[in-house]
Amino acid sequence: MGETNKIEKRVIMDARAVELAVSDLAGRIRAASDEDQVCLIGIQTGGVYVAQRLHKAMEAVGFKDICFGRLDITLYRDDIFTALQQPVVRSTDIRFDLTGKNVILVDDVLYTGRTIRAALDALVDFGRPRRVRLAVLVDRGLREYPIQADFAGRTVNTDANETVQVELVEMGFERDRVVVYERQS
Amino acid sequence: MENPNTLNHLLALEGLSKETVTSILDHAVGFKEVSKRRIKKVPPLRGVTVVLFFIENSTRTRISFEVAAKRLSADTLNFSASTSSLSKGETLLDTAKNLMAMQPDIIVMRHFAPGAAKFLSERIPAGIVNAGDGPHAHPTQALLDMYTMRERKGRLEGLEVAIVGDIAHSRVARSNIHGLLTMGAKVRLAGPRTMLPTMIDRFPVSVHDRIEPAIEGADVVMMLRIQKERMGKDLFPSDREYARVFGLDSQKLKLAKPDCLVMHPGPMNRGVEITPEVADSTQSVILEQVENGVAVRMAVLFMVARHLGVSEE
Repeated sequence: MGETNKIEKRVIMDARAVELAVSDLAGRIRAASDEDQVCLIGIQTGGVYVAQRLHKAMEAVGFKDICFGRLDITLYRDDIFTALQQPVVRSTDIRFDLTGKNVILVDDVLYTGRTIRAALDALVDFGRPRRVRLAVLVDRGLREYPIQADFAGRTVNTDANETVQVELVEMGFERDRVVVYERQS
Repeated sequence: MENPNTLNHLLALEGLSKETVTSILDHAVGFKEVSKRRIKKVPPLRGVTVVLFFIENSTRTRISFEVAAKRLSADTLNFSASTSSLSKGETLLDTAKNLMAMQPDIIVMRHFAPGAAKFLSERIPAGIVNAGDGPHAHPTQALLDMYTMRERKGRLEGLEVAIVGDIAHSRVARSNIHGLLTMGAKVRLAGPRTMLPTMIDRFPVSVHDRIEPAIEGADVVMMLRIQKERMGKDLFPSDREYARVFGLDSQKLKLAKPDCLVMHPGPMNRGVEITPEVADSTQSVILEQVENGVAVRMAVLFMVARHLGVSEE
């Protein structure tokens, strides 16, 4: 990922804010769910890390036997052959039938909605879930598809020439932060 | 600059960078999972037409490519020797030009003539994937072999790989030699002198005219099929004689590392180059090779399609 060609503009969440946002998400999911059993599906790669954090927080608020999966949406992207940066196909790991399940789809940043559109396409290949809801750590606006998050840790206004990056220690960063960068082209 | 995530063609492993080979193998990891799903299909090659142009007979390679293309949602057309006008005297290029009228994006090609895939790639506006051109190259076979080794051993760098049998007539051996050396593995070859290629001393490999020194301490032993159809004359006295001297049995396998993998590109001549005990043992990964072949071919077709998409920009 390019450390070059981008300039840090502002930090919108520090480690404490990330922690609070994750436990807040778990609490709101608890309040909105009449069932104990849910499936957490993290979108590769940032969403998987957020989903792992959320997994712990949801156990702390009483969810039991959460099934956990990872979903790579590369093959379902609408720019698969035209994107300038060509992501490597990563592994999808969903070892259970989603039919009848309550699915929480998790991503780090909600932006155009195209990733979520692709993820919904991918999910139906794994069964017919009872309900799919979307949880994200950051909603940065600027949607290009009619898609909204059911649960967002933080909502911020951004410009299209900015990138929002969730940086967690388990991804190899020094400390947890959410940072807005200026995109240099 | 070479983009390691795309391929314009796949003609041979010779000349491919370590980054590109690594990218193919990495992509295949993601594609392997698709074949384990209940719905074994993903959409990226929707609208892409893949012609399976098989002038030399091959059932398993063709089926593997066809399954790979279909799991990527491509449309496939079969064009094989028995149904083609090549048997009526049409030239390869004329046949290929006729194929182009079907607007294929990718042509997967097997042909008896070395260099046939390269020949077409220079004359036809489609991505060409070589599925075997005579004794020259069979790049996807070597890629699936390397994928299997990497998956089982966690690495290719520094692996001691013995390739045993009819090296001279084997495109599988040739492609593996190029690929394995690129990836930093060490290659040992063994076979009767009549089956060792001339000029082999140009490669940094060790060459043996007995099987024992080649497999001693090896991490992987790859047995080649005795290809009776490719040999003009008798290169060894008898099957029994070959089996005794160059066939892999449990006794000889003890010379290799205890966790040594046994590989074979198929179809096997049981009792000639490999005994049934070894072929069916826990060290044998022969059926995994077949399974991994689909994943590797999905990766190759995907990366060629990606190149076509990018070049339209």
